[in-house]
Amino acid sequence: MSAVVLEARGLAKRYGSQVAVAGIDLIVHEGEVIGLLGPNGAGKTTTILMLLGLTEASEGTVTILGKDPLRQPLAVKREVGYLPDAVGFYDNMTGRENLAYTARLAGLSREQAKERIAVALERVRLTEAADRPVGTYSRGMRQRLGIAELLMRDCKVAILDEPTSGLDPQSTQELLELILELSRGGMTILLSSHMLDVVQSICTRIALFNKGRIGFFGTVEELAERLGRGSYVIDVEVEGIDLPSVLSGANGVTSVVASENGTWQVEAVNDVRAELACLIVQAGGNLKNMNLRRARLDEAYNRYFREYANAA
Amino acid sequence: MRREGSPFTGVGTVALKEAADHMTSARMHLIMLLVLLTAIGAVYGAIDRIRETTAQDPYLFLKLFTVARDPLPSFAAFLGFLLPLVAIALGFDAVNGEFNRRTMSRLLAQPIYRDAVLFGKFLGGLLVIAIALVTLWLMMVGLGILFLGLPPSGADILRGVVWLAVTVAYAGVWLALAITFSTLVRSPATSALAALAVWLIFTVFWSMIAPLVAGLIAPIDPFDPMSVVNRFEWQQLIARLSPQTLYGEVTGLLLDPAARSVGPVFAYQLRGAVIGAPLPTMQSLLIVWPQIVGLIAAMLLLFTLAYVVFQRQEVRA
Repeated sequence: MSAVVLEARGLAKRYGSQVAVAGIDLIVHEGEVIGLLGPNGAGKTTTILMLLGLTEASEGTVTILGKDPLRQPLAVKREVGYLPDAVGFYDNMTGRENLAYTARLAGLSREQAKERIAVALERVRLTEAADRPVGTYSRGMRQRLGIAELLMRDCKVAILDEPTSGLDPQSTQELLELILELSRGGMTILLSSHMLDVVQSICTRIALFNKGRIGFFGTVEELAERLGRGSYVIDVEVEGIDLPSVLSGANGVTSVVASENGTWQVEAVNDVRAELACLIVQAGGNLKNMNLRRARLDEAYNRYFREYANAA
Repeated sequence: MRREGSPFTGVGTVALKEAADHMTSARMHLIMLLVLLTAIGAVYGAIDRIRETTAQDPYLFLKLFTVARDPLPSFAAFLGFLLPLVAIALGFDAVNGEFNRRTMSRLLAQPIYRDAVLFGKFLGGLLVIAIALVTLWLMMVGLGILFLGLPPSGADILRGVVWLAVTVAYAGVWLALAITFSTLVRSPATSALAALAVWLIFTVFWSMIAPLVAGLIAPIDPFDPMSVVNRFEWQQLIARLSPQTLYGEVTGLLLDPAARSVGPVFAYQLRGAVIGAPLPTMQSLLIVWPQIVGLIAAMLLLFTLAYVVFQRQEVRA
């Protein structure tokens, strides 16, 4: 396993008697893309701010790249980039000037900054708009400018809070490609999002936040297994038989649920298509279609919160 | 727990950016236009008056700043009145503006301390005010030399420069006040109004409030002459809570070498004094030293308040 980049132990934050985050443990390795999921108010943004040292934790410790964000904030912030929820820029300054300002704050020399800004803007495809005031930018362009800032500063870790909120599908796609590119460049990325397909498409692991705690931390497949279902989902279109009774007791099948117009959703721990087809044909069923897909995060997410959120 | 790294990392960058913003903002242009027009009007009036009285006036150069011709007040009085307005215009949205533009969290995620943000904003504002004041001062001096044909003496220049420095400190008090309100209040409009309300109270109403309160605290006893002095001292004490009063006293003494005192003077204290003889510059400065210290202390106090509040503020709006 590669080196640990970020480690949080027993992280908690209370505002008076109100508990925002109630003890979180999180370990992130180099090069990972971690998705932070959870309903609004589950403590994602507060956790992010504590990781960065922008908010003091009531309890617990954080170590990023071997440093304490409260004791060595400058060293941590030099290596860790943060793209806040609905990022703001100075509207009367151009995109290039905005980046130049943060470059100076980051301590880059003038030539170094100029060169890096040009490269970063090129990579997020904002070169043409670079000398227009940010006030004229669309929301997607602002988010891309935020990514350019991370690129320019050449951070080791990037924390993105709701990077895709309020973006149209095309801008979302563009942004995701940029984030993936950052990840391929060796950056460790934490991102919070409500768009589950977004998270599934780019994240190696997910952390499910629920009422100030991390309810689950692992891959989407692990989540599906943890919920007592298989990580393989097969959509079966069949006529003439009652599928649940035919499949009862079949090896590896964990559940059979009817979905719309004559199809069934079969969940299994492994690829059971061959046995399924065999059983259906033997029972005299009319098998029309069978389609295997991986567990979907939105299904797992919804199920998780149905089963655990109410119990918690 | 000690933090590592200097709290001043990035102060210069923030200050220069703020200064550049102010310099190019329409807000600043408008208010400086107002100041410039009134300043030109005041000098013009002063020069006119001075021409009439040149023969019997010993401190012509300093008179440029203090002489007024109806209906215009003097340049110094103008600054005392308008400078707070300039400072408030520069500072009222310093902190809450960043929150509203949603740039605060991004700014604080840069490798700088919060201290640098607030300190940089204050310095940036003060820098712009100082540049504007120096420009105005040089303009006044230049116009004076041009129209009166009198070069200022070394002592005149010294007094003028010290007065200029005190004027910057006076503006600093109001800038710190405006920044404090911008930290305490989330809406820029409300913080601007709050700062303007304080300005209005101190410039317009304080001179009415002071005697009223003094009368309540120390009523005059018709059979005790000392009670009159007592009341006057109370009134002066209360009046001096206003930076306006302090600045007025400093101006009065620094720009008029003949002035001897800012408080009541008894007849026996004047025994042997040559009325109208100028005081050395250092002596004038010594008399108003408490006022100058008071102005600087007020500036530091207000800034500290803003600093403490800002350090404890949550980043998320």
